[in-house]
Amino acid sequence: MMTQPTTALTAWKRNTRRHEWLVWLAWLVTISAFIVTWQIMNQNTLWFFLADAPEQIRDLGGRMFPPSWSYIHYLWGPLWDTLNIATLGTLIGIVIAVPVAFLAARNTTPSRRLVRPLALLVIVASRSINSLIWALLLVAILGPGLLAGVIAIALRSIGFVGKLMYEAIEEIDTAQVEAIEATGASLMQRLDYGIVPQILPTFFGVSVFRWDINIRESTILGLVGAGGIGLQLQAALNTLAWPRVTMIFVVILGTVVVSEWVSSQVRNAIR
Amino acid sequence: MTTQRYPRTWRRPPVLIPDPRWRWGFYLAVLIYLLAASSTLDVNWQRAYEGLERGGRFAMGFLQPDFTTRWRDISLGLVESLTMTLTSTIAGVLLAIPVGLGAARNISNGPVYLICRAFVAVSRSLQEVIIAILFVAMVGFGPLAGFLTLTFATIGFMAKLLAEDIEEMDERQAEAIRATGASWLQLIHVGVMPQVMPRLIGLSLYRLDINFRESAVIGIVGAGGIGATLNTAIDRYEYDSAGAVLIIIIVIVMATEYLSGYVRKWVQ
Amino acid sequence: MLRLEQLTKVYKTGDKALTDINLSVEAGQVVGLIGPSGAGKSTLIRCVNRLVEPSAGKIWLGDQELAGLSKSALRRQRRRIGMIFQEYALVERLTVMENVLSGRLGYVPFWRSLTRRYPADDIENAFRFLDRVGLADHADKRADALSGGQRQRVGIARALAQEPDLLLIDEPTASLDPKTSRQIMRLIIELCNERGLPAIINIHDVPLAQAFVNRIIGLNQGRVVFDGAPVDLSDEVLTRIYGEEDWVALRGKPGQENEDVEAPALDAHRLEAAQ
Repeated sequence: MMTQPTTALTAWKRNTRRHEWLVWLAWLVTISAFIVTWQIMNQNTLWFFLADAPEQIRDLGGRMFPPSWSYIHYLWGPLWDTLNIATLGTLIGIVIAVPVAFLAARNTTPSRRLVRPLALLVIVASRSINSLIWALLLVAILGPGLLAGVIAIALRSIGFVGKLMYEAIEEIDTAQVEAIEATGASLMQRLDYGIVPQILPTFFGVSVFRWDINIRESTILGLVGAGGIGLQLQAALNTLAWPRVTMIFVVILGTVVVSEWVSSQVRNAIR
Repeated sequence: MTTQRYPRTWRRPPVLIPDPRWRWGFYLAVLIYLLAASSTLDVNWQRAYEGLERGGRFAMGFLQPDFTTRWRDISLGLVESLTMTLTSTIAGVLLAIPVGLGAARNISNGPVYLICRAFVAVSRSLQEVIIAILFVAMVGFGPLAGFLTLTFATIGFMAKLLAEDIEEMDERQAEAIRATGASWLQLIHVGVMPQVMPRLIGLSLYRLDINFRESAVIGIVGAGGIGATLNTAIDRYEYDSAGAVLIIIIVIVMATEYLSGYVRKWVQ
Repeated sequence: MLRLEQLTKVYKTGDKALTDINLSVEAGQVVGLIGPSGAGKSTLIRCVNRLVEPSAGKIWLGDQELAGLSKSALRRQRRRIGMIFQEYALVERLTVMENVLSGRLGYVPFWRSLTRRYPADDIENAFRFLDRVGLADHADKRADALSGGQRQRVGIARALAQEPDLLLIDEPTASLDPKTSRQIMRLIIELCNERGLPAIINIHDVPLAQAFVNRIIGLNQGRVVFDGAPVDLSDEVLTRIYGEEDWVALRGKPGQENEDVEAPALDAHRLEAAQ
């Protein structure tokens, strides 16, 4: 009886020793990678340019304040556009993301070999590429304007909503679906009664959350010509009108705070 | 058997807005908004039609990416992006630890708490691209501006989650250590760190992922990295090179996501 | 009414869950299916409505063979088989009424189920069944607002709404306290007797089974090792089903879930007398 705990103890010790080794190795790799990359960055940085950085910062601060308060009257229209880009983009993104999520979820996909990897690829591609890059491409293709912004936001939202939705679908309680199946329900009825009620809270939560993020992202799409308040930002930056830039930042900050509040209120109400 | 009468109709009680007038009013408002919003789109169909050809060329570029012609630019941008990603994640996480401690209600004090919270709020509500614009204006074009941007964003992200973790942690353990007369630093080392560390590592890896994705974007406003390469390629209408860059981004994001998921599982 | 012939199930992993099951259940007969965990009880009743696909054998429900049916034909036959689950398996976020009406899904077209516009007869019946199981006032409540016993009653009403020819009941009391367990068992038995419904009940609680059902089938490692009246469940038989154990001690000192064994026995006598 006495030998068993001892062997267990030594085995445990050996395990922790190996574990400790791995931890140290991980730290070593991380730190040396940090040093190497830091040096690469130093090579690419012109330090003499940076010597007067504090002065630059003070100078920039001086030029940015006070904000040009009266400029706000020119910003309501662009702000309305920004809101529309975010909302319409989110809606279109959701409409596409939901079927993609059902195709990607292990328990609802029609084919695990063929359809599921394709749906996952759509999700990954959409997630990897920021909406600003989508906008860059779309402006080149469609020309500048709100439409490019809406589609850019939609394309980026597919991956986000799709990923969280398909994970929610895979985590549903299968007993409920089984019970509906046992009544002789058809495929669509099983979806309607067995699966949809279970994922509906996730769906609304994720959608509102993404809308909130999209408000933030759509404020800068104008930098590449995709409409909204970013167009004004771009113009102000190009003409070095720093008080206007500050005013635009203030408006953006306010919008973001409001949208975040709305989104958290809605998410709390769903629960 | 007695035949009792039962209702022959049943309507599901409305879930959100019980009063039908408010409910229909709400639907109407949504409809009006959607119409108004769509009308602002102002699509230039002529231009969109002409753009189709370019779209086709881009799709072809994506299917037949050209890695070789601009390989020098691409590899340079890639190294810059990876550099920015790693340095900013590490610097950001290290700096986020004091900020996060300061922003946790249960171990911080009044003024420090307010300052840290304010910093977190500002850092989180400003888009990375906007921060990048400011840093580019301050320190000039190049990866240093990117590094500063991503560090700033990482601090806000990590400090908020860290503070929430600390606020939610098991108070009794910290209490027990406080009772032994330990100093504040000892409290952090013995009472807080063991509880928060695994999550911290997991979150850092997650942030590494995000930072790489963001590093591809902030190049567009001059903060270096692969985003700058992509921007140039699109400006020159070299869609095959742009396709190559995008494919590289997707592959790297997939790889880091897979890797960080694996490491997270190993850590926890 | 229900006849299983040579029913066999082998899982993909190679585990033999059921081997050559032959049994038949007459109309109005309530069968208790007992056996240790992993004996194949759950697999057996899920094979009957093919929630689990049997590997071989035949399933006769009346004159209809089920094992060889196509998907759509199987759906039509599943309407005839009501099922009651261990964890109730209600759609938690739908109302009680929607859960009961979901028993009609096999009968109504998709658009009716989507818009919740069920035929008036279905709705009237649903209210009648809800009243029968004692939940007349709860129709508009959400299922997750109910207690365990109430949820199982909704599950029973859902099964009844199918107007089934057979009930499959999977551990109906496993998640309930002893008192509620007996109430639920009593309700099930009453309903089966009222309607002449045959039923198969998976049950792990032997005294409860003995108290309520009129035939017991013992399963061990996927084979039928006992088939007879509850009174014939001797210690020797229980050992054959469950393995070696001190059955006298177990009966004399009932565990948590089967304290007070006499009361349900009395109920069972009363039920038999009422027939």
